Amino acid sequence: MDFSNINWKRAAIQPGIPILLLVLVAFAPLYGSGYIVTMFTYFILYIIITVSWTIFSGATGYISLASAAFYGVGIYAAAMFGERMPFIFVIFIAGFASFVLAFIVGAITLRLRGIYFAMFTFGLVVLMKEVIHYWEITIEGTRGHFVIYQSNETIFYYLLGIFVVTIIVAYIIRRSKFGLALASIGENEEAAGHTGINVTMVKIITFAVSAIFMAAAGAVMATKLTYIDPGVAFNPMMSFSPALMAIFGGMASIYGPVAGAVIFSYLQELLMTGSLKNYYMLIFGAILVATIIYLPSGVTGLIQNLWRRFKGARSAPTRG
Amino acid sequence: MEQFLNIFLGGLLIGGIYSLVSMGLSLQYGVAKVLNIAHGEFLMIGAFVTYWLQQSGVEPLLTVVIVGPTMFIIGFILYRTVFTSIRLRSAHPGIYESNSLLAAFGIYFIVMNIGILIWGTTPHSYTYLNQSISVGGALFTQNRIVAAAFAVVIGIAFYLFLTNTRTGKAIRAAAQDPATAGLMGVNIDFVLALCFGFGAAMAGVAGSLISICYSLSTAMGLGYTVIAIVVVTLGGLGSIPGSFIGGFILGVIGSAVSFWEPGLTVASYYVIFIVLLLVRPKGIMGR
Amino acid sequence: MHLLEGEKVTKYFGGLAAVSEVDFYVDEGEIVGLIGPNGAGKTTLFNLISAALEPKPGIIKYKDKKINGLKPYKICRLGIARTFQTVKIFGNMPVIENVRVGSLFGPLVGLSTAEATKVATELLEFVGLSKVAYTPARDLTLAHQKRLEVARALATKPTLLMLDELMAGLNQTELLEAMELIKQIQKKGITIIMIEHVMKAIMGICDRIIVLHHGQKIADGTPQEVANSKTVIEVYLGETSDAGNK
Repeated sequence: MDFSNINWKRAAIQPGIPILLLVLVAFAPLYGSGYIVTMFTYFILYIIITVSWTIFSGATGYISLASAAFYGVGIYAAAMFGERMPFIFVIFIAGFASFVLAFIVGAITLRLRGIYFAMFTFGLVVLMKEVIHYWEITIEGTRGHFVIYQSNETIFYYLLGIFVVTIIVAYIIRRSKFGLALASIGENEEAAGHTGINVTMVKIITFAVSAIFMAAAGAVMATKLTYIDPGVAFNPMMSFSPALMAIFGGMASIYGPVAGAVIFSYLQELLMTGSLKNYYMLIFGAILVATIIYLPSGVTGLIQNLWRRFKGARSAPTRG
Repeated sequence: MEQFLNIFLGGLLIGGIYSLVSMGLSLQYGVAKVLNIAHGEFLMIGAFVTYWLQQSGVEPLLTVVIVGPTMFIIGFILYRTVFTSIRLRSAHPGIYESNSLLAAFGIYFIVMNIGILIWGTTPHSYTYLNQSISVGGALFTQNRIVAAAFAVVIGIAFYLFLTNTRTGKAIRAAAQDPATAGLMGVNIDFVLALCFGFGAAMAGVAGSLISICYSLSTAMGLGYTVIAIVVVTLGGLGSIPGSFIGGFILGVIGSAVSFWEPGLTVASYYVIFIVLLLVRPKGIMGR
Repeated sequence: MHLLEGEKVTKYFGGLAAVSEVDFYVDEGEIVGLIGPNGAGKTTLFNLISAALEPKPGIIKYKDKKINGLKPYKICRLGIARTFQTVKIFGNMPVIENVRVGSLFGPLVGLSTAEATKVATELLEFVGLSKVAYTPARDLTLAHQKRLEVARALATKPTLLMLDELMAGLNQTELLEAMELIKQIQKKGITIIMIEHVMKAIMGICDRIIVLHHGQKIADGTPQEVANSKTVIEVYLGETSDAGNK
């Protein structure tokens, strides 16, 4: 962040490689099989959710388990408005609805201690599932909704668009004055407040912004499901996955969550089919525990440390 | 009147089980500071072990003698292997709490899926003491009464253990102030592991008791974890008597809500939880 | 008009009054020392002024305007900055970033990023931390971390600076440096209230001293007056003679 110290060579290469990769991925429907496109769709989905989770939770240390709730809001927005208007508007509605929901939840809970916040946000997912389920059965007399169909390519490109916006927003927040405020809160909330940062407002706004992308992704993915109900829309796995992926990948740079998301969605792709599903969940749990104990800064942190040691860099910080 | 008794006494009976489960979580969260989201999974394992033994001819109520100590040992080892190292690596208590919450989620996935791999996803049940007793016209099966009675006796016995023994006092000292307790010569890691072990044992025994009156499935755990979290918040963090009483209160509330509208029972627990956190995060018995 | 004024400021924790009906004032340009035995309510009073806590009952006025009930960030932007008894730095950020946070968010009108960097560089020079500007703050010595907190507080452009035990745990040389720093800050036209146990420092640089005991104000006057006050000698100097020797 120090402008006098910019390494220009790095500045040129750093965005270069990701943009190259992005272009390669963007043309996947032209050269890849349907299977490849679907797999990339899931990669991108999990990157969006994980990166947006990291925007708030990674910076502040408040663990949000509400991702599934925002994702579910997106799914339901697609189910309710998908037939009535152009799909791009549906995405906006989903994002806006989630923003408002997250803003309210944040305003209520972000005064609480971190652990209560985690419990509260997890409860939100369960509550929404139960209440919507009750609403559908008792008031509407239905269970679930149909969602309009979209081709796999359309879904892919919508997600790719959301992905690009998410990454740009995450990058801007990280590099901006706002991001510095957020990082200060993560370092020491009390000191941040006494140094002139409106701690509550910064937290609430970031939390709400991060919810937009989760809902937008949910709205797009809903069309892949064709039929949804509260159990599908508000699946708690969608809350745990981004937390695990981000922690596993490491949260010091934007690459960490991306790497974590790709690794786990690939693992999921391999194991989530049929009877192997429970093995995936078991491995998921084991990796989560092992990461927390042995890799506090994630794989990217580990690689960085190894790289520093390999280069014999001056005073590589030792982790205790 | 009959209906009222049905709701009220029925709530107290299930409340006894809630009390036991919640006292276990209260030890783990209130003292060891691990919000053990996998708590209900130990309950599930306890229930299935009892089911297993019952199928091979063991008297279900006797299985608590096996389930309790086994779960204690598992919990104790789990704390020493996973949570002690998280505690030692964490820069401050806040980080320890959130990291151990995440680790507990990992354990939740591990234990639940081991359960599914062994016992599948279909519900199981067996019959035991299923004759009904009439209380003022309301009918309750014997097994529910026996389960609740057992839960209450174990709960009270544990409370006496906490107040009257040296180990119990060390646990209470650690709950008050771990740093000072450490200075006073209490081996803090050992005591916290004890708490975690006792918590797991209580969950396991509660599972055994649940299995004698309700059907069981490998997905049953999380529901009880949620209930225990609400009860612990209701009773006040770290307050064992608070959890004991809170269990009965939630049992009665749950029983009333499910009489009125079963679909909203879980939602009502969450609403109670939200209101508590916002209005009185210290709980009813909190200091 | 006093710069800062408290009327019957009180704060209960449970049933105990940590601060009880304390009247105080601070005038522009002064260095006011706040002393008293451990548990006398000094830090609580700081927390009340900086809005980490809210007095109940009592009124705190700054430039004749009531400020209790405001959020900490508002207090900071009004021109009251503070440091902490146990340092609260942003440990994983470079030293200069810590200070930039202060100059970006602390003043009523925040600086641009370029100005903030300039101000931060100057302030690090002022407190003597230029050499470690790019070191992660957690790697500094305690004395340097305390200086960093001062620089961060100064970056918010305060009128009033509150120093909570700046000198605790410092060695003899560091102590003299810290005293010199405080005098330099006063020369910038900044008013200072400081909590301190180190008697030599207090007596040497304060214009006025307020003494708290069990949450109550028991003396208020020049260092001479306080040092000669019978009540103070009885309740305070006797009890904490060990703290004074540190």
